[in-house]
Amino acid sequence: MSQDTGGPDPSSENPSFAARLSAARSKQGLDAPPKRPLSDQDQLGGSPWGIGARVGVELVSALVVAVAIGYGLDHVFHTTPILTAVFVPLGGAAGIANLWRVFAPKRTDRG
Amino acid sequence: MAAEGSNSIDALGQFQLHPALGPIGASVNFTQSNLMMVVAGVLILGLLWIGMKPRAMVPGRLQATAELGYDFIMSMCIDTIGPEGRKFFPFVFTLFFFILFGNVLGVFPLFFTFTSHIMVTLALTLLVFILSTVVAFREHGLHFFSYFLPQGIPIALSPLLVVIEVISYFSRIISLSVRLFANMMAGHVMLEVFGAFIIMLGGFGLLGYLPAALTLGLNTILIGFELLVAVLQAYVFAILTCIYLHDAVHLH
Repeated sequence: MSQDTGGPDPSSENPSFAARLSAARSKQGLDAPPKRPLSDQDQLGGSPWGIGARVGVELVSALVVAVAIGYGLDHVFHTTPILTAVFVPLGGAAGIANLWRVFAPKRTDRG
Repeated sequence: MAAEGSNSIDALGQFQLHPALGPIGASVNFTQSNLMMVVAGVLILGLLWIGMKPRAMVPGRLQATAELGYDFIMSMCIDTIGPEGRKFFPFVFTLFFFILFGNVLGVFPLFFTFTSHIMVTLALTLLVFILSTVVAFREHGLHFFSYFLPQGIPIALSPLLVVIEVISYFSRIISLSVRLFANMMAGHVMLEVFGAFIIMLGGFGLLGYLPAALTLGLNTILIGFELLVAVLQAYVFAILTCIYLHDAVHLH
């Protein structure tokens, strides 16, 4: 007896069982959608609000740390305004460096 | 909780700490914030313990939740940190669920959001920061300091860039803690302000009922938004912890 004569063959009405199975699985949400590689932008709030908040936080936090370091060193060395003034632009630069690290176009491996 | 008196909005009063658990709590400064931390911890342990009790092949709802949480954090650790991420799984798991439960519990009425205090988020951040620095020192020893010297720069610029890199490294403490704290606080202030609007507008009589109803609708949407923020910020905190640990393990 050949394979495709006896009885109603399920594959005759809908040729591919695998295709139907995968359609049903995806309909039920059983198959995970294919993973796409996450960039930092995707992970950390992709909305404009999220990006805006992130830019603000990164810039200001670097500045705060720089001012704190400058102020502290001034306090130690009794050079009151000078080191704070030196560290403020450095803090701004560090903020830009933070932003660059977040929003820079990705290299092949994580930097 | 809402408008104090007739027409002033006390939006920040909700963040005040009060002693919990009566006189015993008052004598050791055990506040409602600490109480919520304990509640969050008990709920997490309960979820894992009760959820995993059946040890069923086909998990029920609680077991599925516990397993999904485990799987989610495990894959996050391994994807972000690399194969070494397995070592840091317990830390990241604890951190994520502690923050997640803190954020989500805060959305419920009468509960306090302990992550809306910068002291709490700062302490958590310092934990992450110190851990990642210690890990970096243990993995690389003094070679760790090469992290502050970007590759391929002119040697004349290096003093400047090293300072900038050090500042940028320390700014992680601020950015990580402020991000969580600000998101949680801003959301609750917004809820409070709109909640006070409802009461004030309702006080206008018939003219105020429609705007009050609209504000109530807006507040309902805000609560949904707040739930989203609660989960998202816990995720962001955990993934940034993983990124910092990745930097500590791999240097760049």
